[in-house]
Amino acid sequence: MDQLISLFTTAVTFGTVIMYGAMGEILTEKSGNLNLGVPGIMYIGGIAGLIGSFFYENGNPNAIPFVGMLIALVCAFAAAALAGLLYSFLTITLRANQNVTGLTLTIFGAGFANYFGGSLNTMAGGVGQISVALTSGVFRYSVPALKTIPVAGQLFFSYGYMVYLAIILAIVLNWVISRTSVGLNLRAVGENAATADAAGINVTRYKYLATCIGAGISGLGGLYYVMDYIKGTWANDGNIEALGWLAVALVIFATWKSVRAIWGAYLFGALYWLYNFVPSFIELLNNTFGWSIPPMTRAMQQIIQMLPYVVTIIVLLFVSFRKRKEDQPPASLGIPYFREER
Amino acid sequence: MSNIRKSLVREPIIHISRRTDIPRWHGWLIRCGGVLAGLLLSGLIIFLFFKVNPISAYGSMINGVFGEKWAGKTFYDGFAYSFAWIRDTMILLLIAVGLAPAFKMRFWNIGAEGQILVGAIAAAACMIFLGARVPSGLLLVIMAVAAVAAGAVWGLLPALAKSFWKTNETLFTLMMNYIALLLMEFFVAKWEDPPGSNSISIINRVDKTGWIPPVIEGETFGTSFLVITVLVLIFTTLMYVYLKHSKQGYEIAVVGESENTARYSGISVKKVVVRSMTLSSAICGLAGFFIVAGRDHTISDTTAGGRGFTAIIVAWLAKFNPFVMILIAAFLTFMDYGAKNIATRFNVPNDFSQIITGILLFCILGCEFFINYSVKLDFGRKGGKE
Repeated sequence: MDQLISLFTTAVTFGTVIMYGAMGEILTEKSGNLNLGVPGIMYIGGIAGLIGSFFYENGNPNAIPFVGMLIALVCAFAAAALAGLLYSFLTITLRANQNVTGLTLTIFGAGFANYFGGSLNTMAGGVGQISVALTSGVFRYSVPALKTIPVAGQLFFSYGYMVYLAIILAIVLNWVISRTSVGLNLRAVGENAATADAAGINVTRYKYLATCIGAGISGLGGLYYVMDYIKGTWANDGNIEALGWLAVALVIFATWKSVRAIWGAYLFGALYWLYNFVPSFIELLNNTFGWSIPPMTRAMQQIIQMLPYVVTIIVLLFVSFRKRKEDQPPASLGIPYFREER
Repeated sequence: MSNIRKSLVREPIIHISRRTDIPRWHGWLIRCGGVLAGLLLSGLIIFLFFKVNPISAYGSMINGVFGEKWAGKTFYDGFAYSFAWIRDTMILLLIAVGLAPAFKMRFWNIGAEGQILVGAIAAAACMIFLGARVPSGLLLVIMAVAAVAAGAVWGLLPALAKSFWKTNETLFTLMMNYIALLLMEFFVAKWEDPPGSNSISIINRVDKTGWIPPVIEGETFGTSFLVITVLVLIFTTLMYVYLKHSKQGYEIAVVGESENTARYSGISVKKVVVRSMTLSSAICGLAGFFIVAGRDHTISDTTAGGRGFTAIIVAWLAKFNPFVMILIAAFLTFMDYGAKNIATRFNVPNDFSQIITGILLFCILGCEFFINYSVKLDFGRKGGKE
């Protein structure tokens, strides 16, 4: 039972990171822009939040943790949105290729974040570990009274506020995209920009705004990873990049619907961390049924970790095979729109 | 009448129109401008970070590639420092050459990274299990064939899905990258040597079976790069001929321009897609073989090391012309080596080179716009048709 609870909470915290990444990318892709820079953007968001709160905490003897949290949040969103602006400027105004620009953004973002992360670690002291404990504390704060409720408290109330914010954001995003006129216009731009343009929708403005805000939201995923998941530290281990690609996978898995990304993200989290719980599960089976399943090897662990990607490919195939209208990617995804070239 | 009209019609200040008549040298001039802008911008950043004269920093980049210890060394020793640069250029070039047929067909093969990895796994498997039984020359051939086959399979799946169900190939190939990476970690854990290290040490270190041999027998500074260079350049030439002067190459171009036109003129789009994509991924698998047999002599999760993604940028910037790819691959590898040297000199993380590469690529990507479009500024000219 403890094992199951622990798998659930791990899945939720892990899932929240990629949920932010995926929500931002859903908004971006709805405008027809396929931004493969998500990993880079999450990197930039994470490091910007860390830098902001680091300088606030270090330069201020009596720093207020809540202010540090706000600074981190604003820095992360703004820096990530700036990265989105760079992508938008290159692909929309200068008409550069979307895939190539996105990949370049990923290279740049990873280099940028790891460079400054490494430098911050050096600045923080000889041992080389930066820590913004105060700010991170606010991100990880959960109400003690609720948290101590047996089982349910662990399952539902043991997380930092950004876990709940992600769920709210997913619902709001879904409502905006599917129920408001702004969302309708946005979808029109992503489906067929020429038609949207003819209907008087400002295609450029929609693309810019969706990409920049989307990038900002993706950046929050990096921030959540840095502040909550690894507790306000920095590690040059390439994890954010892997998570970024997983976020791109989640967009497909959720078939471009942010509400589906909620449980999809938790499912991905559970699949990703499943290998941690397989040994005790095997033990349980062996004890109850008298079987003799051999213990899991480190090699097997890699095969289990493939599951999120394999599941995504199956969904991708299934969606394209079934051809259900509601599940399709935006029709002009990845296709640029230049009014003069119709 | 014309006055009323002027107040109603708002003319945009910036006029953008496509241009196709631009002389080729003009285009190259603009590209050089883009590179220059990138160098200036990175120079500014180098100055801000390290407070050194950017020109001397670029000087140390050149030293980083061609060897700081030129002075007082024999010609070979000095030259050996640049072997690594040429070898890595060639590997990057081969991947970009492999991507060309797929991209020309507008099939976004983002999966080169994964195709390299499975090629490398297949080559390493042959090295480990056949190393003692087969002579080195034959083993190299078997390794290459295995790597090509593995890469081809990795590309065949998305190609089939694309041609039968129109599955989005960008997303499919992207996912295949991570499956390949985990497959790599699976085999590293399985074949680990020494046990418990979770890595594979240099394979066949003693007898060097399955290593691409050096040109000068017995030397230790790495003339095997010459073998790689010659082979890759042959491939590059073949690909140029294939794309420009063969029937299949023409079919690729037609499918890329318009699938409907292709179908109308009797080209089987499905066949072309599957054939070209398999060719593309097979060459990427071959690059995995070159990395294992000619560079690393082992496999790890950094075997591909982002080359698959960089090669996409190389192929795109070269407009799929294999010979232009040589230039771009050489330049990017040069900047990578050079920036790493700066990072070592100033004792900063190696990730610095990625920042420089990113900035340069942004500038080069941006400048393409000025080649394809002409921009006219228009202040207060009388609007519309009078």
